[in-house]
Amino acid sequence: MSDSLYQEIILDHYKHPHGRGLREPFGGEAHHVNPTCGDEITMRVALDGEKITDVSYDGQGCSISQASASVLHELLTGSTVDDAFATERVFTELMQGRGQVEPDEDVLGDGIAFAGVAKYPARVKCALLSWMAFKDATARALSGAGRTS
Amino acid sequence: MSAPHSPLDVDRVRKDFPILERRLAGDHPLVYLDSANTSQKPAAVLDVLAEHYTRHNANVARAVHQLGEESTAAYESARDKLAALINAPSRDEIIFTKNASEALNLVAHTLASGLADDPRYRLGPGDEIVVTEMEHHSNIVPWQLAAKRTGAAFRWFGLTDDGRLDLSTIGELINERTKIVSLVHQSNSLGTVNDVATVVARAREVGALVLLDGSQSVPHQPIDVTALGVDLLAFTGHKMVGPTGIGVLWGRREVLDALPPFLGGGEMIETVDMTGSTFAPIPHKFEAGTPPIAQAIGLGAAVDYLTGIGLDRIHEHELTLTGYALEKLNAIDDLRIIGPNSLEGRGGTVSFVVDGVHPHDVGQLLDEQGVAVRVGHHCARPVCVRYGIPATTRASFYLYTTFDEIDALADGLHQVKRFFG
Repeated sequence: MSDSLYQEIILDHYKHPHGRGLREPFGGEAHHVNPTCGDEITMRVALDGEKITDVSYDGQGCSISQASASVLHELLTGSTVDDAFATERVFTELMQGRGQVEPDEDVLGDGIAFAGVAKYPARVKCALLSWMAFKDATARALSGAGRTS
Repeated sequence: MSAPHSPLDVDRVRKDFPILERRLAGDHPLVYLDSANTSQKPAAVLDVLAEHYTRHNANVARAVHQLGEESTAAYESARDKLAALINAPSRDEIIFTKNASEALNLVAHTLASGLADDPRYRLGPGDEIVVTEMEHHSNIVPWQLAAKRTGAAFRWFGLTDDGRLDLSTIGELINERTKIVSLVHQSNSLGTVNDVATVVARAREVGALVLLDGSQSVPHQPIDVTALGVDLLAFTGHKMVGPTGIGVLWGRREVLDALPPFLGGGEMIETVDMTGSTFAPIPHKFEAGTPPIAQAIGLGAAVDYLTGIGLDRIHEHELTLTGYALEKLNAIDDLRIIGPNSLEGRGGTVSFVVDGVHPHDVGQLLDEQGVAVRVGHHCARPVCVRYGIPATTRASFYLYTTFDEIDALADGLHQVKRFFG
């Protein structure tokens, strides 16, 4: 059942999320909501120059949205802002590819498990919620705008 | 447990709804438990829509040719059917709108416009608007906007832990400053059927108007506006086996006459002059522009279909289903009903949460077994906030729902629990 959507990797991240919980210090924060289903995520990004030293988050929602945040934390913590944005673009392309895009494991790591989600249009925004929040939080950290929602 | 007896021959009813024969991915039969969202349509309604466009299509109330007369007669005959359905004292009191949201907005907007001659129909500072915490967003947001526009206060009834209106504060909440009480008859998320009589009695004491949102009750039980004693009733066609794009506002003549026009345009006028205009009597005063003609006629056919079967029998069937569903769902560990957990004062819409599994995941896994439910806050987010949950899974029943389908829901939920366990 649901083999293509609910990959074991996704369920693992959902049941045992990596890096969950909001931490100090941080340079930017963003809170995103999916108004149709009520999924929520708060994302914090800490920068040291160009380097992302921490991505912390908290939220509530379905397995797809919460597992996606866990994968994001794992992939982007420790990378540069440019690399993180490049990864974000690849993940977004995969999600918006209607199942036609071949996932690149070198770039996306566990993120390739979400390839099946792309075939479920109603769930794509669940997978993208934390990534959009990450983009906003990072932009705020870069501009020194800090915490807003 | 074995299925109880229903007063409806559901197998026969189901033959009237072509879509119920559909097979979904994986060759699963469709188990449609989302009728509170929108109902399916019988062939009788679909045929009338096709027949109208195929043979009678013309604009209404302005053509002298034969097709125009046929179209107008069919459109106005739909009004007669709707009036009879809710026992309206006059057919002129039936206003066609595009949906229930528009009907509710019509009342909020015209009260807030300040254009009524009679001050009882003008909202302003010092006035109070009362709704409830279990309203659909369409009966919250228009009133918040009206309050903002006019300076009137926006107030609401809270909810009890078991999903009912908390009427303990009614004496204070509905008071001499209250201009209008707008409440839902049957909650779309909790399934609660509200005690309208108590609210109407208190509103009468202070001279407040009562607007009832019947979107979830008119499709499912006999409704008599005179017996209910309300001033206005809003409902929608697509939840009562009719087409989308058509809704109804009923109001007592005195109230509709006193309210100023809502939308301006063709058909709503008496005479137009560059120095000013006068307006048509009801119902046309509130029906500017070309109305949803085929949709109104289709809704008339839906009324014929429902009354042919009998709304009392439909209601009894749904109560029997609901009792069975509550029993089945309560037997599932870690499942919690959100809303009344008995048949008393409730209809055939059951919301629930499964501990540890988000409703979105519940809905997805059920869908893969062909079971269509709704997940989310059901456009009634304050209900979720009240009960401290992000969302619910909601199963809703109608005249074509079978006991087997409720078994399929329960089986599906057991699978969901195994999958996420």
